[in-house]
Amino acid sequence: MSLRPDLDIISGWIEPGSRVLDLGCGDGTLLAHLRDTRRVAGYGLEIDPANVAACVKAGVNVIQADLDKGLRDFEDATFDYVVMTQALQVVQRPDRLVDEILRVGRQGVVTFPNFAHWRNRLQLGLGGTMPVSRCLPNEWFETPNIHLCTVSDFERLCRGKDLQVLTRSVVDYSHRRSLGMRLFPNLLGEIALYKLALRR
Amino acid sequence: MSRTFPADSVGLVTPQSAHFDEPLELDCGRRLPAYDLVFETYGELNRERSNAVLVCHALSGNHHAAGYHADDERKPGWWDKCIGPGKPIDTNRFFVVCPNNLGGCHGSTGPTAVNPDTGRIYGADFPIVTTRDWCRSQRRLGERLGIRCWAAVVGGSLGGMQVLQWAIDYPDQIKHAVVIAAAPRLSAQNIAFNEVARQAILSDPDFRAGHYAADGKLPRRGLALARMLGHITYLSDGAMREKFGRELREGKLSFNYDVEFEVESYLRYQGQSFVERFDANTYLLMTKALDYFDPAAEHGGDLATTLRAVEARSLVIAFTSDWRFPPQRSREMVKGLIDANKEVSYAEITSTLGHDAFLMDSPQYMRVLGNYLSRVAAEAGT
Repeated sequence: MSLRPDLDIISGWIEPGSRVLDLGCGDGTLLAHLRDTRRVAGYGLEIDPANVAACVKAGVNVIQADLDKGLRDFEDATFDYVVMTQALQVVQRPDRLVDEILRVGRQGVVTFPNFAHWRNRLQLGLGGTMPVSRCLPNEWFETPNIHLCTVSDFERLCRGKDLQVLTRSVVDYSHRRSLGMRLFPNLLGEIALYKLALRR
Repeated sequence: MSRTFPADSVGLVTPQSAHFDEPLELDCGRRLPAYDLVFETYGELNRERSNAVLVCHALSGNHHAAGYHADDERKPGWWDKCIGPGKPIDTNRFFVVCPNNLGGCHGSTGPTAVNPDTGRIYGADFPIVTTRDWCRSQRRLGERLGIRCWAAVVGGSLGGMQVLQWAIDYPDQIKHAVVIAAAPRLSAQNIAFNEVARQAILSDPDFRAGHYAADGKLPRRGLALARMLGHITYLSDGAMREKFGRELREGKLSFNYDVEFEVESYLRYQGQSFVERFDANTYLLMTKALDYFDPAAEHGGDLATTLRAVEARSLVIAFTSDWRFPPQRSREMVKGLIDANKEVSYAEITSTLGHDAFLMDSPQYMRVLGNYLSRVAAEAGT
């Protein structure tokens, strides 16, 4: 079985042998992959009981925890990377969690669906309905996403916090890159991936 | 006619006993010249001797963790829901050993045993033992059984604390630590409850400074009171409301101090039946062992430094409605293990049952425990 494409891209960003904390680690796929291919040690945080059981089954260290309560059980700068894939938009305060990510990790890796993708704009701007797409499969009344943002929004947040964007990758649902997405990331990108650090 | 046990039961079991002649130095400074440990085993030790699991019991537990002692035994061992063929602690794969702790009252040397120095029952003269003493004594039992390294040491409540002690004291002899509904040390509130329980026993006129057996007495009221108090702390407010509510036994108030509410009836029954199977001196000693448990004390209270010694991988489990050892206390252990860069997983099981949840078989609890131990078994080559 092949790895979810965004996880594949992220794996390439992680130095072998490093220590990783994965926020909202799901069934532990990324951590198991990093462990098996890059000798990465780490822990996943996960709130869903079925996912916690799946991580345990996969031999991935998982800590059942609620990201909305922050990372207070973790000391400053104790991880090489704190990773959060597709979870930014479901937490209560994404801004505070980004602070927490860069407090605990030397670098942060964050991915989210870009709400400003042109299809979303069409659905909302012309159709007048909340977008439902491959990246945002739920109707407005059942979505767990409470803080959707765009590439521009996120970069504004990073500028406001004076964060350094080490790497940015904007891709489509299948995680392909294209010239268009490089030129107009906020219009053509479906998923945004960032590697961040505090400016020294 | 012999009874048919369920297919996932270990069936009829017979306790075994091991005698140790080599004196055991205790934390309190005294020594036990010799002692016995009574224990049960389930499953088979494999040829590599790699599949042994040690089960540590809680305050009022004993070596009878699974199966039945007799065809007509009403209830199986205290952790039968977890131990058996196909159960989380799978006896098709593991060789499970459950000893009665030293100081116990069900066969291992304790206050009810005869002191070889005096020829009389120890009673109050039995030394106060600690979790470290238990680990020391159990290590010898492991050696006796030919087990150099436990695939896992598993326990809940006081048993969970013993697991942590095992992982700290004998890091190379335990591959996995499963710590359930426990705490890295007792809180002032925990100690307070233990103290009230002890005072109930100590102030019973029949306690006779712990030498009640010699006088042919039993501090029944004190021990029953201690158990009643304990039971309140094992259940949650919600569980008690659900189980008893304000139900009246006679359906109406009778304006006296007899049993009126169902919860009173339950507590009295629990207290009285406990007296028949438990020794007051053992109860005192076990609560002290709980109060004294504090492995981080040797490192100025720094749990992470203490846990650096650990080599085992750990699974820590807590229950949301457990207010005796709430999830916060388990997270302290998890944080210590993470800060010490140890491998650990933590599951917080949603439950309304309070501390007692660790003895039940809620699906998520069984799934997490089973998934974890299944990997342990695979690692052990079974």
